[in-house]
Amino acid sequence: MIRRLLVIVFLLLSFSPAFAVNPDEVLADPAQEARARALSAQLRCMVCQNQSIDDSNAELAKDLRLLVRERITNGDSDEAVIAYVVSRYGEFVLLTPRFEGKTLILWGAPVVLLLAGAAAMLVAIRRRTGKATGTALSADEQARLDAVLRKSE
Amino acid sequence: MIIELGHYALVLALATSLLQAVLPIIGALRNDRALMEIGSVAAKATFLLVALSFGVLTYAHVTSDFSVQNVWENSHSQIPLIYKFSGVWGNHEGSMLLWVLILTFFSALVAVFGDNLPETLKANVLAVQAWIAAAFSLFILLTSNPFNRLLDAPGEGRDLNPVLQDIGLAIHPPLLYLGYVGFSVCFSFAAAALIEGRIDAAWARWVRPWTLAAWTCLTAGISMGSYWAYYELGWGGWWFWDPVENASFIPWLAGTALLHSALVMEKREALKIWTVLLAIMTFSMSLLGTFLVRSGVLTSVHAFATDPTRGVFILIILILFIGGALSLFAFRAAHLKAGGLFAPMSREGALVLNNLILTTAAATVLIGTLYPLALEALTGTKISVGPPFFNMTFGLLMLPLLLAVPFGPLLAWKRGDLLGAGQRLFAAVAFGLVVGSAIYYAQNGGPVMALFGIALGAYMIAGSLTELFLRSGLGKVTGAVALRRVSGLPRSVFGTALAHIGLGVTLIGIVAVTAFESEYIVEMKPGMTTDAGGYTLRFDGLRKGNGPNYSEESGHFTISRAGVDVAEAWSSKRFYTARQMPTTEAGIRTFGLSQLYISLGDGMADGGVVVRVWWKPMILCIWLGTLFMMAGGAVSLSDRRLRVGAPARAKKQKKPVLEPAQ
Repeated sequence: MIRRLLVIVFLLLSFSPAFAVNPDEVLADPAQEARARALSAQLRCMVCQNQSIDDSNAELAKDLRLLVRERITNGDSDEAVIAYVVSRYGEFVLLTPRFEGKTLILWGAPVVLLLAGAAAMLVAIRRRTGKATGTALSADEQARLDAVLRKSE
Repeated sequence: MIIELGHYALVLALATSLLQAVLPIIGALRNDRALMEIGSVAAKATFLLVALSFGVLTYAHVTSDFSVQNVWENSHSQIPLIYKFSGVWGNHEGSMLLWVLILTFFSALVAVFGDNLPETLKANVLAVQAWIAAAFSLFILLTSNPFNRLLDAPGEGRDLNPVLQDIGLAIHPPLLYLGYVGFSVCFSFAAAALIEGRIDAAWARWVRPWTLAAWTCLTAGISMGSYWAYYELGWGGWWFWDPVENASFIPWLAGTALLHSALVMEKREALKIWTVLLAIMTFSMSLLGTFLVRSGVLTSVHAFATDPTRGVFILIILILFIGGALSLFAFRAAHLKAGGLFAPMSREGALVLNNLILTTAAATVLIGTLYPLALEALTGTKISVGPPFFNMTFGLLMLPLLLAVPFGPLLAWKRGDLLGAGQRLFAAVAFGLVVGSAIYYAQNGGPVMALFGIALGAYMIAGSLTELFLRSGLGKVTGAVALRRVSGLPRSVFGTALAHIGLGVTLIGIVAVTAFESEYIVEMKPGMTTDAGGYTLRFDGLRKGNGPNYSEESGHFTISRAGVDVAEAWSSKRFYTARQMPTTEAGIRTFGLSQLYISLGDGMADGGVVVRVWWKPMILCIWLGTLFMMAGGAVSLSDRRLRVGAPARAKKQKKPVLEPAQ
């Protein structure tokens, strides 16, 4: 369920495929080409700032795009293509870092913060609403109040 | 001589801001009105001096005085006049000077309009503002002086970065800084409240309009920047989760949270301590953004600075201010009295949820932006955190928030009725589903989730209107009475509705363009046609031309629909000679809320040229929505309550008020 939700949201907000692909790179099979585009959007152009190879005009990005397409036409699965590219270029190439020890804080922080914040706020609200407002009347004040009430009756 | 005058004015501004930083605080402690008054005078003087300094730098740019290093590095005698003006802040030194100019402008505003503030509060606010101004003036003078001269004045400048040679540069940074730096006032008010040890109603009434104004400007700045990137970078993307974009988006998220918590505080006296903390955090995020962009710690499209001494300097400023404010908070927060009780299911509760999600989202973006830097610094491992990560985490966080938005205004203060609010939103939900499916079928064939996204956007729009509809009592009373009721509503109600509608409109734009966009990459020779988004494009040929400081190659396209010519477009590639840099000037044609985006690629050996065409359905909704949000901010700001709301000047008191507020 969570996984499906992730996919949904990702689809909802994911960036549309972009532009730097040249007509001569496009694969003949539309299904394979679509896979290549989706994979390219997940891979970083190593010589650019914050661009995927799908978005970049750089030579290296073009080489990588061709590499991805070559692996796809050779029959590799999406996972296999990614694994191959990572084995050659390192994890830096992945725009979505893997969930592992060194990215624990990165992936865990939103969840932990949200839960901790929610817990803290609930506790704060509970404690505050449970607490009586003001202090109880002293014996003297109570007597005066009674007197006033009696007078008004 | 004139240049030296500007330089000297900046040195003087540092001196006056140091006076402003020290004397009013002493005055507030001793309740010495003369000392406190110095704060106002010094604030106005500092602003005038910085303005003079900025004016001189502008003069140097406009007259192309290449004996000034900053002008030589970032200007050219042949560029159009407007870029000579905007080039003043199109570089590190000038943009820092603009930063300080806007900061001192806000201090001067507090000095001029703060007559109805308690004297000690005003004195402390101005002092805190002056600490920031002094720190950044010193930063400019020591590490980023725009008035440095060159011994042998060169005959020609090195030109402004071609990507920045656009009207966008004239508007985007000033707006962004008005927002960024505007939050400094909220920060100063928070620090002043902590110094005084009290927060009262006057405090809340003052903080909310400042937050609103800063937030509105920041919204405009970010939105403008997004549209600029969209049309200028030539690939049709409008948000890249670039660290520099994140640097402005994090304060926006925190500022949006602050806007909502300030509302609770003003109306219900609740969440006081949290609001103070949030005010500190929001400006801290602005400072952090300034550090990220200005230190060159992230090198990206926007970052023009690369000198590490600057980074260390800003880092010290950052630590002093954020650390100082947070320590002050730690010492003093316990003295502040929390007020206003509420049940979890109430308008306050909804606003708490808003704050929880927005601050978590801000933290998520912050961690995602800093994580690769921290990991590399600590372990040497390089990883990337890119758009797919942010889309997933941020999107998941936003989903419950967007669903909850229409509920907030419908819940009563203190103790609300969720079921009742749900029933009242029934029509909005139904409307959302109908609109969602209608658009889905109209665009047939997009991903099913687009249906959900667009329905969510339409539900938010309808839900926001529901509030106005219910308040008017339309259907229960006559039209005239309903109209009178609506016109009698406080403006802030309209502001809320407008801003929430805008959020829905933006969401629809994002979803539609993401799901239904189509792309066509073709190799074209003159006379060839291609279909795109229901239109037909004919490529008519290339034309070479020359601009003042560039040469360009433009392709002409005729756009037709069903055989009838409806529009034409030029799409160009430019080459800026001074910097030897190419840029693209995409051809964009608007049809309703949708656009055709035409970008020229490389020429082929056989005389053809690669043309990339995108059909971007409903893309203008993205920015149209932000216009609604800005309008909402402006309308709220014009609320009578905010204009006259600040209490009449407190009676002059012999002793400073130090007891905590009720």
